[in-house]
Amino acid sequence: MVTAPQTAPTATTDDPSQPVVVFDDVSIGFEGKQVLENISLTVSPGETRILLGPAGSGKSVLLKLANGLIRPDSGTITVFGERVDNMPEEQLFQLRGRIGMVFQEGALFDSLTVRDNVAYRLMEQKIPEAEVTQRVTEALRFVELEQTLDKFPSQLSGGMRRRVAIARAIVNRPDLILYDSPTGGLDPITSTTIVELVMKQRDVYRTSSLLVTHRLQDAFMLATHTFDREQNHMVPIPNGGLDSKTNFLLLHDGHLVFDGSTHDLVHSDDPFLKEYLS
Amino acid sequence: MPFDSIESLAKKYVVAVQDYAVLAGRALANIFQRPHYFGDLITQADSIGIGSLPIVILTGFFTGGVLALQSASSLAQFGATAITGELVSLSMIKELGPVLTSLMVSGRNASGMASELGSMMVTEQIDAMRALGTDPLKKLVTPRVYATVFMLFFLTIISDTVGTLGGAFVSVVMLGQNGSQYFHTAYQTLRFPDILQGLVKPIVFGFIIATIGCFYGMTTRGGTQGVGRSTTQAVVVSSVLIIFVDFLISQFMINVFGF
Repeated sequence: MVTAPQTAPTATTDDPSQPVVVFDDVSIGFEGKQVLENISLTVSPGETRILLGPAGSGKSVLLKLANGLIRPDSGTITVFGERVDNMPEEQLFQLRGRIGMVFQEGALFDSLTVRDNVAYRLMEQKIPEAEVTQRVTEALRFVELEQTLDKFPSQLSGGMRRRVAIARAIVNRPDLILYDSPTGGLDPITSTTIVELVMKQRDVYRTSSLLVTHRLQDAFMLATHTFDREQNHMVPIPNGGLDSKTNFLLLHDGHLVFDGSTHDLVHSDDPFLKEYLS
Repeated sequence: MPFDSIESLAKKYVVAVQDYAVLAGRALANIFQRPHYFGDLITQADSIGIGSLPIVILTGFFTGGVLALQSASSLAQFGATAITGELVSLSMIKELGPVLTSLMVSGRNASGMASELGSMMVTEQIDAMRALGTDPLKKLVTPRVYATVFMLFFLTIISDTVGTLGGAFVSVVMLGQNGSQYFHTAYQTLRFPDILQGLVKPIVFGFIIATIGCFYGMTTRGGTQGVGRSTTQAVVVSSVLIIFVDFLISQFMINVFGF
């Protein structure tokens, strides 16, 4: 169970009518092999986009493209109204101040303590020490790991490391969060805890997000549950309802084969989708 | 097709050299751009300089000693053992001090940089750093380059000094030569170009060690096996480059100063 929220909600984008992320006809390949081909998608303010697909279908590459960590061979990528596909690295560092990213294995700095990992961005921004401590404590309280401040990542379990990675991603209250398989390789109970944190970020702070996963159960839990602030716990949406702000994308062999709502996904007649979901 | 393979191999090497040039150039230029990571610079200087001190002192001492031993036995055939100090100090200051110190530091630190940065690459820590708004070149590479150049300069001076003392120890204690004659010839023979040559080399070698170590670290691919490969390549390439560039600098200095 997660604790009550401590940080104030923030705006999701400058212009609420404009999409937060726009991919337009994006393609990229590595060493002669095409990984993504003609991908077009959008993420709206407050929306959670769940990116599904078999292993090796280019999900993580798409996420790194959205953060400007790699550049496409063709097409344009716009984040918060700014082109990131041709933006100089120096400007990207500024833009990334509004983006939180949770990496596949956490990617915590193994030579830093949990406190310094979570505080990393704040310390780079030269924020006063007292405020850093307060915000780090808030972020760690969000993921229920306040007691691990002085531990090193190697002293934590896989699930705890993933939760610290989430705390690091949200510590500066980003407007967009990119989750790269946040539950990958975790046991079902720990996965549920992580999904609950993602859901809490979605429902309490209304943060736009792009979430990569290949675990269907996690994806559908996000679509069918909501975070109840009073109970401080996730609960099923009544009458089998679906979260309207959670939509799906499905990648297969570098192509986007589905882009739509949960309802459309489960009722699709496409043979590949049926096989994938079965 | 064989021609395709040769072409792609050539392209790969050209791209690698280009990437190395960009990394080295940016690492140097970053000193003029904010933010500066002085804390990391001091940490690296401590790790590279103070950490390498024991091996540099030991290597320098025994190199000077063996140089005196070998020189004295050869010079004895001509009755010229009196210039043992001259041979030891010239060899240490112009060649062996800078080259051996650099090779030792390369073995210790180029490998360390490649493995540390390589591990960060394969565990996505470098990507995480970029995602958190930090330029890894400024944070990780620039402090290592400047710290290595700065510390190798002083390590070489220490190595030269200890090597000359090692030669003196062997000459006086083991070979029974006159100590003041040893130090007199060792000092009198040195000219400005000798000192200059001995001090320019560690600056260039330090740059080679750090940039090669960081380059292989930052281009590591392929998990733990890739880290091992990068580490080995960093030591091999930096060592070969040090010896090659030593030849070029020596040739250049001889052309300029005439000896």
